[in-house]
Amino acid sequence: MRKVGKQSIIFDKVYLKSASTIVGPLEMQGPLAKYYDANYDNLYCEKQNWEQAEMQLFSDVLDIALVKANLAVDEIDMIFAGDLNNQLSIANYSLRNYPIPYVGIYGACSTSSLSLINGACVLDGGLGKYILCATSSHNATSERQFRYPTEYGGQKPDSITFTVTGAGAGILTRNICDVRLTKATMGIVVDSGTTDSLDMGRSMAPAAIHTLKTHLEDFQEDINSFDLILTGDLSTYGAKAFKELAREFKIDLGNNYHDCGMLVYDLENQPVFAGGSGCACAAVVMYGYVVKQMLAGRLNKVLVIATGALLNPIMVAQKETIPGIAHAIVLERVK
Amino acid sequence: MDFVDYLMAFLVGGLICLIGQILLDYFRLLPVHLVVLFVMIGSLLEAFKVYDWLIKVGRAGALVPISSFGHSLTHAALVESEKVGYLGILTGVFDLTAGGIASAILFAFIIALVFKPKG
Amino acid sequence: MNIFAKLTKNNYGDKMEKQIYEKVLNNTKVKRPVLKNSLQAFLIGGIIALLGQALLDFFQNVLELEEKMATSMMSISLVFLSSLLTGIGIFDRIGQFAGAGSIIPITGFSNSMTSAALESKSEGIVLGIMTNMFKLAGAVIVAGIVSAFFSATLIYLFSR
Repeated sequence: MRKVGKQSIIFDKVYLKSASTIVGPLEMQGPLAKYYDANYDNLYCEKQNWEQAEMQLFSDVLDIALVKANLAVDEIDMIFAGDLNNQLSIANYSLRNYPIPYVGIYGACSTSSLSLINGACVLDGGLGKYILCATSSHNATSERQFRYPTEYGGQKPDSITFTVTGAGAGILTRNICDVRLTKATMGIVVDSGTTDSLDMGRSMAPAAIHTLKTHLEDFQEDINSFDLILTGDLSTYGAKAFKELAREFKIDLGNNYHDCGMLVYDLENQPVFAGGSGCACAAVVMYGYVVKQMLAGRLNKVLVIATGALLNPIMVAQKETIPGIAHAIVLERVK
Repeated sequence: MDFVDYLMAFLVGGLICLIGQILLDYFRLLPVHLVVLFVMIGSLLEAFKVYDWLIKVGRAGALVPISSFGHSLTHAALVESEKVGYLGILTGVFDLTAGGIASAILFAFIIALVFKPKG
Repeated sequence: MNIFAKLTKNNYGDKMEKQIYEKVLNNTKVKRPVLKNSLQAFLIGGIIALLGQALLDFFQNVLELEEKMATSMMSISLVFLSSLLTGIGIFDRIGQFAGAGSIIPITGFSNSMTSAALESKSEGIVLGIMTNMFKLAGAVIVAGIVSAFFSATLIYLFSR
């Protein structure tokens, strides 16, 4: 592998051996239901509290990924994982049962692609045979941490995004498989100058456009070579801002641009406001929908720009702005 | 059971909430900002004897909103200060609102013990 | 004094890029349905006031309590009702529809306490329910006491 341009990396031999997804009830009622591997029909996931529920999702998705790859836990050389909770506690506590060398990483809702980028670098660097990348999010744990108690009667505006309850994992290997991770562009922190934590989709749009722009410049890439360009969780209003920013920067998105937050839910019929968000948003769409479509031969080259809002409730109360970041990866079908 | 009482309660109570909603949406306030503002306004209006008039006009419509909380605190403080002097402001401030606060604590505790959040 | 000022680029940012971000974000601001929300708030706020009036009449005219007691009992009843609805899981839906209509009446105060206590249930009774109960409602009480103190002081001084 080598560094390309300002922020990008091209990988030599990084393939996705298996990918797994698990979701909660609302996601299962969404349009991508048939692409997920497993689901729970209630938010507690048969556990006693929200944090335990998210841990259940996290460990389930690891188990499914291992089973699909026909690997045992001790064959995994390293795991890159993270979630939205303070101190990455869901990943930390879940991995008590998985004795794998662990790197916890925080990318907010961009953790899915950030973990893949790190895993790919380590793999191409010769530090292992199988690298596991995983992330999770849960609507109640993130509401509780970032906003209000779940039973609070405050009115949520239309611009708010709805944290996806679910988890996604991928196992990377140097052996040839059907789906290949070819390139990546690491994001820089982009401060959009917005202060409204109830409108996070739009605050990540500048980070997303910056990463897209840099990706196209670094690789001198033709944007039409992609079958699908996905942003992580800009949702309705962030996607609008993203398209407008693309126009300003003379980037022609074509008809192949979608946002994971708008794909994961049925925006007309589900009470999800502007759309989905959370680490699991990009993760379940990427590991579920994109990978399965590639395996079926319906997608060849996909750019996934997972976006994260790096906010902290205390700093927002201190009238700080909300910085964003976006990490992009390119998945290609091996012909 | 005066019909006018009920009509005025509906109108005054609704109007206070409508003003609150406009502040929420137009000035992009958070709920906590809104209630703090209304409590302070209630306290101020009581100081200028306006809130008593509002209660006469709106009955429950002026007693139910959180502004009446500010009014009750100020009213009780004033009444006690007239009886025992300045420090009565501190010793008497909770006299009228004690029931509301004590019951809120008690019921919040019991409900939290019995129920589970649903998400 | 930033001794590294020469070495590092202060404030990364192609100024032009930042201006484009600001311009687009300004143009794409999300509008709120102020009229719809206001009417909904008016409706629910009015209904809660109606309920309060009915309770007040009941306590004053049927149970023949004196005015102060009846008013307190009205508040206590509304507090109980919204606590219960919060526990059952309905209040958040009412709140989403009503906005200020359920926050401003005393129901909002009770809901903020019950929801905070309920959410922290997993941390147990002392560290969870008891510690977190006033997380959202604390501001109201502090604001009330502080403004009552200053308002009462003003009147007390003026009446001297």
